[in-house]
Amino acid sequence: MCTTCGCGHGQVTINGRAARPTRSDAAPRAGYRAVAPLDAVHAPGLDAERTLRIEQNILADNDARAARIRAQLKTQGIFALNLVSSPGSGKTSLLVETLRRWAGRAPAAVIEGDQQTANDAERIRATGVPAVQINTGKGCHLDARMVAQALGQLQEEGALLDRSLLLIENVGNLVCPAAFDLGEAHKVAILSVTEGEDKPLKYPDMFRAADLMILSKTDLLPYLDFDAEAAIAMARQVRPGLPVIRLSTRDDAGWAQWLDWLGAGLARAGA
Amino acid sequence: MHELMLAESVVRLVEDTARQAGAKRVTRVRLALGALAHVDPDALLYCCELVARDGVAAGAVYEVDRPAAEAWCANCLRIVVPAAAGASCPDCGGFELDIRAGEEMRVIDIAVA
Ligand SMILES: Nc1nc2c(ncn2[C@@H]2O[C@H](COP(=O)(O)OP(=O)(O)O)[C@@H](O)[C@H]2O)c(=O)[nH]1
Ligand SMILES: [Mg+2]
Ligand SMILES: [Zn+2]
Ligand SMILES: [Zn+2]
Repeated sequence: MCTTCGCGHGQVTINGRAARPTRSDAAPRAGYRAVAPLDAVHAPGLDAERTLRIEQNILADNDARAARIRAQLKTQGIFALNLVSSPGSGKTSLLVETLRRWAGRAPAAVIEGDQQTANDAERIRATGVPAVQINTGKGCHLDARMVAQALGQLQEEGALLDRSLLLIENVGNLVCPAAFDLGEAHKVAILSVTEGEDKPLKYPDMFRAADLMILSKTDLLPYLDFDAEAAIAMARQVRPGLPVIRLSTRDDAGWAQWLDWLGAGLARAGA
Repeated sequence: MHELMLAESVVRLVEDTARQAGAKRVTRVRLALGALAHVDPDALLYCCELVARDGVAAGAVYEVDRPAAEAWCANCLRIVVPAAAGASCPDCGGFELDIRAGEEMRVIDIAVA
């Protein structure tokens, strides 16, 4: 839990520049419905207590922004994925290798989320694909507001093309990102074989929110006692039927399956 | 989970509602946190008190409803009540569960003076 992380939005930067507030941030908020107290005994001379109904989802703000992003992506036929995992499970390596192997199929763009540094965006740009780096400062996940700003940046650069792939690398964290909709088509959870089979049971929310799991770094299996079948079974305990692709960035294992999955998703986007 | 950030959302909803109603003070806040919600209720309330301390909702009492979990068991072919996210069906022990309720996080209402 993050009472220690103090994730304010004040320190968020997009490509190193302070994130500016969007116009909707300043707009008046949704109204409420005032309801008379059910059986308020009116004590003369005292301020009667009133009950005001709110009935709003705590994440309503984020969900509304995410819905707007999803609608925009749909109009453009963009297939967006939100990649979530622990730090170091191989998200950026997966992206770099994916972009290399995807080259020539359709345009792509990447949004990178990390607390600090632009290292990952630079690794992506080295492949020739446009990337925006979001630094969340102390924040431990991306939210829809940050993604909306990053999309604005991509658009300014002319890098948000119709019928393209949009890959969002979330902050490495198996907890918070589960709850924050970014407007993506799917969350993809990455579990590396060096992490232990029972991560899906220890962090069920994340695996339940995912529509695909990538079991990464499978080239290391011969050196470990990681039981891939057990890990997959545990992931399917929390998310029945979860599709799984086993893959390594060091060999060809799983790549045809992953690229086909991306291709099929892109073909459906905007439909 | 991200309790501090969620607390900021709660307090924003509460303060905006109170302000628009011209209330001087919020005395009570009622939340619904489903049994499977991605949140630690104690941590959330602690953060809410912290975030609210300089506004109209300072010192408010928090009440938390915990709507029960409900899931459709594909094996039992009916609604069951799993103990936690990732827990098995309490009747058949299977994991073919489709969660239908218990994940909500809502501000229900507030009492103002
Ligand atoms: N052996 C092996 N190492 C990998 C693989 N993918 C990533 N790594 C290594 O794992 C480390 C973390 O990778 P990175 O992509 O930065 O992870 P991220 O934090 O999830 O973005 C790096 O040292 C990578 O070289 C893989 O498929 N096999
Ligand atoms: Mg990375
Ligand atoms: Zn957090
Ligand atoms: Zn059952």
